[in-house]
Amino acid sequence: MSTIQAPRSGNSRIALQYRRTSGSKGNFEMLAWLFMRLSGVVLVVLIFGHLFVNLMVGQGIHAIDFGFVAGKWADPFWQFWDLAMLWLAFLHGTNGVRTIINDYAEKTATRRALKTLLYAATVVVVILGTLVIFTFDPCPVLNGQLMDGSPSFCPAP
Amino acid sequence: MPTKPAGTLYRGREGMWSWVGHRITGVVIFFFLLVHVLDTSLVRVSPEVYTSVIGAYKNPLMAIGETGLVAAILFHAFNGLRVIAIDFWKKGAKYQRQMLWAVLIIWVVVFGAFAIRHLSLALGGH
Ligand code: HEM
Ligand code: HEM
Repeated sequence: MSTIQAPRSGNSRIALQYRRTSGSKGNFEMLAWLFMRLSGVVLVVLIFGHLFVNLMVGQGIHAIDFGFVAGKWADPFWQFWDLAMLWLAFLHGTNGVRTIINDYAEKTATRRALKTLLYAATVVVVILGTLVIFTFDPCPVLNGQLMDGSPSFCPAP
Repeated sequence: MPTKPAGTLYRGREGMWSWVGHRITGVVIFFFLLVHVLDTSLVRVSPEVYTSVIGAYKNPLMAIGETGLVAAILFHAFNGLRVIAIDFWKKGAKYQRQMLWAVLIIWVVVFGAFAIRHLSLALGGH
C-alpha cells in the first residue's frame, strides 16, 4: 500500500536538510565512472596497436633500440599516439587504483596517505613522459660530439 | 541455525571471479606502466644507456614476463569491454555469463597467437 521512499542518495533529489554530503563533490563520481568506460574503449585501440607494432611486426622485440624510438617519434602520428596512450592510461589507471584504495584502506589517515602517494607518482610520471616525447632528440650532441650509440643517419655536428 | 551465508547470485560465482581478475590485472598493468615510462625516459639520458638497458631486458626470463603482462592486458581489455556491455547494452546484465565465456574464448585465441609469435621471436635465434 505504502509508496516506496525515494532513495537517500543522489543529492539533487533530496531536500537540503536530509543531504549526507556537502554537495561540493558535484557529480564527480559519475563522471569518473563514465570516463573509465570511454577511456577503456580508446585504450584497447591504442594499446593493441602499440603492442602489435612493437612486438609482433618484423623482428619483434629484437628491433627495439634507440634508433627504433627515433624512427617512431620522427612521425607526429606516433608522438600523438604515445601521448594519448600515456595520459589516458594514467588517468584510467590512477582512478582505478583510487577506487581500490577507497575500498580496502579503512582508516582515513591511511587512505589519505596512500592517495597522496598515488597522485604524486602519477603527476611526476605523466609530466616526465610528456616531456620525453616532446624533447626527444634523435641525434643528441654532447661537448660538440655526437653521443655514442646515436643512429647512423645522424649528421656530424 | 545457518553457519554460513546462503549462496547469492553473485558471491563466489563467475561475476565475482571476473571482478577479482579485473582488479588484479588492473593493478599489475598500473605498476608496469610506472616502470615503463621510467625506462623509456632513458632515451633522454643517452642512446647508449637506453639501448643497453633495453638490451638487458632481452632475455628468456623477461620474455616470459612480457608474455604474462600481455596475458593480463588481454584479459583486462576483453573483460573491460564486457563490463561496458553490461552497463550500456539493454540485455547486457542478462547475458553477462555468456559474455564472460566469450571473453575467455577470445582471450585464449588472441593470447595463444601472441604467445607463439612473441616467444618464438624472443627465444628463437634470429
Ligand atoms: C612488453 C611490452 C611493451 C614493449 C616492448 C613496449 C615498448 C615501448 C617502446 C619501445 C616505447 C618507445 C616509443 C614507442 O615505441 O612508441 C614505448 C613507449 C610507451 N609505451 Fe610501451 N611497450 C610495451 C607495453 C606497453 C603497455 C602495455 C602500455 C600501456 C599500458 C605501454 C605504454 C607506453 C607509453 C604510454 C609510452 C610512451 C612513454 C613516454 O611518454 O615516454 N607500453 N613502449
Ligand atoms: C585495454 C583497455 C582497457 C579497458 C577496456 C579497460 C576497462 C576498464 C573498465 C570498464 C573498468 C571499470 C570496472 C568497473 O567499474 O567495475 C576498469 C577498471 C580498472 N582499470 Fe582498466 N581498462 C583498460 C586498460 C587499463 C590500463 C592500461 C590500466 C592501468 C594503467 C587499467 C587499470 C584499471 C584499474 C586499476 C581499474 C580498477 C579496478 C577495480 O576497481 O576493481 N586499465 N578498466
